[in-house]
Amino acid sequence: MRDPILTVEDLRVEFATYGGTVKAVRGVSFELQRGETLAIVGESGCGKSVTVQALMGLIPIPPGKITGGAALLNGKNILNLPAREANKFRGVEVGMIFQDPMSSLNPTMTIGDQIAETLKVHRGESHRDAFNQAIRLLEKTHIPDAKKRARQYPFEFSGGMLQRAMIAQSLACNPSVLIADEPTTALDVTIQAQILELMRELQRTENMSIILITHDLAVVAKMADRVAVMYAGQIVESGTVDDIFYRSSHPYTLGLKVAMPSNTHDRDKTLTPIMGSPPDLFNPPVGCGYYARCPHAMKVCAERLPHNMEVATGHTSRCWLQHVEAPRVLELNQPSHNHAG
Amino acid sequence: MLVRTDNLKKHFTIGRGQTLHAVDGISLAIDEKEILGLVGESGSGKSTFGKTLVGLHNRTSGEVFYKGKPLPAKFSTKDHLTFSREMQMIFQDPYSSLNPRMTVLDIVGEGLRIQGNLSSSDIKEKVALWLDRVGLNTDHMSRYPHEFSGGQRQRIGIARAMIIEPRFVVCDEPISALDVSVQAQVINLLDELKASMGLTMLFIAHDLSMVRYVSDRMAVMYLGALTEVGLSNDVFFEPLHPYTQFLVESNPEPDPETERNREHKPIVGEITSPVNVQPGCRFADRCPKVMEHCRTTTPELIATSETRQVACFLFN
Repeated sequence: MRDPILTVEDLRVEFATYGGTVKAVRGVSFELQRGETLAIVGESGCGKSVTVQALMGLIPIPPGKITGGAALLNGKNILNLPAREANKFRGVEVGMIFQDPMSSLNPTMTIGDQIAETLKVHRGESHRDAFNQAIRLLEKTHIPDAKKRARQYPFEFSGGMLQRAMIAQSLACNPSVLIADEPTTALDVTIQAQILELMRELQRTENMSIILITHDLAVVAKMADRVAVMYAGQIVESGTVDDIFYRSSHPYTLGLKVAMPSNTHDRDKTLTPIMGSPPDLFNPPVGCGYYARCPHAMKVCAERLPHNMEVATGHTSRCWLQHVEAPRVLELNQPSHNHAG
Repeated sequence: MLVRTDNLKKHFTIGRGQTLHAVDGISLAIDEKEILGLVGESGSGKSTFGKTLVGLHNRTSGEVFYKGKPLPAKFSTKDHLTFSREMQMIFQDPYSSLNPRMTVLDIVGEGLRIQGNLSSSDIKEKVALWLDRVGLNTDHMSRYPHEFSGGQRQRIGIARAMIIEPRFVVCDEPISALDVSVQAQVINLLDELKASMGLTMLFIAHDLSMVRYVSDRMAVMYLGALTEVGLSNDVFFEPLHPYTQFLVESNPEPDPETERNREHKPIVGEITSPVNVQPGCRFADRCPKVMEHCRTTTPELIATSETRQVACFLFN
């Protein structure tokens, strides 16, 4: 059932800084299938936000630069487009919501006007039509008293309500893809649950595909169909949500899982942290990015960058341990290479 | 019992004759060598409670007892000096809680310097010892905070609090600004220090799973008041108060199977404002089991067992 709406191939993004060039995204490839939720998960600085910002044409150039790769939305290229061209799909075919709704909305415009603006720009609707449509969108995201709320300013909204308003705005032109960059990180768990529930509901009713950027594995478990785990500017493992949680095949994914308490976790057991910190992306390692922190590191890992190896259908891992000749590691899911004899 | 509060209140006057009831009558006891977890949503007053305990806020009314003796309502400079030897605090934001113009040596050694009974070379030696103990390179003593990562800064904050060798530490969201892999490093460090120094801790956080993992007992706060107190596992696995149930329900688990099988109960409403709080249960507006007198009478924290207290009329 491969039916990708978005295909990203070997995306590379760099930033020129006073300290040198940061290689933020180092060859990211993935497919977003129609109707699915793909979670891109990773820690700060792994390049997950930069990846989607590059797709949306939101990277300031300079200092940023897309140095390679391709991205096809419904078969059309969307990388490195001039602003006028980019505006044809941005907010129309692809909607986006951000982590901090307070700083992503204009504090001097009413919520209704901001949503209406999207419709006026992209659809050429009159102000009155667009504003009425904005009220309907606010109702769709379950904002009580939408008529009154549309005339209010962002500071009159709570964090959860602002995130709903931002979702309403992103839905204005019925996008087929919604990119949500840490949509609930700034929210309390009870509000997070509401927003995630809303996203799920809208995915069904609006028939959207979602890219969810997050650092929170619990949110991934709740929302994702498929998961891509990013580390040091690369996708190190990808597969279905069950592949990633129950059949982890990359030491980093496994490390993340044992570093957090599960709700069945015995309290006497200590958490297993991942020692050290991510590599310097000014000067990324030639070999595997995780080499310095990996408990299973081998000589080859320092010298050669592992390619994506298929563990099972649709489940890939960028790890030398998945190689036919690699030693078996007990905790890791590895393909069984049954050599005769 | 090391620390006890009795009907502790901290109100802020916010102009136009309005009062913000950040902490509104909390009676809570923390036993010697215990880790008490305090959870609640933003705006529930948990940080204010922690700060009021160690004298960073002057309380509005009520009492705080430390080792059975009442603490002054308003800390003088001398009080701060006396009590900071016993009580320390670790802050949430490792970026804003370290002075960017001070070196690590100055930051970590400041407490010792103020106490004034060690020479500067002794202080330096002790700072080196502590940097090593929290897992930082002792050669980095003359560096400034901006040269460190978030996890490393949090370690500096921990070293600063621990170097005094306090007995009681308030940890105000010590890990929420950190990445998952680094969170475990910091939690394990706190755990180890707690064991080796015999510390008593108030662990403030909003991450329910982490609080259950870290603490012996758990207290849940909502709009300035406690809703439930009990052993961590009891509160987490069998929440009694509707608000606690609501929190546990909303807390996602890093397990797809559990999440698929989770019942999708509609959760409504948001935490209301702690300004000019009306009598009655603070959770009444959002509570699915609300009764008539919940809106008029404020429920007291009642013991339902030896280790459990709940502030809800359903258990009266």
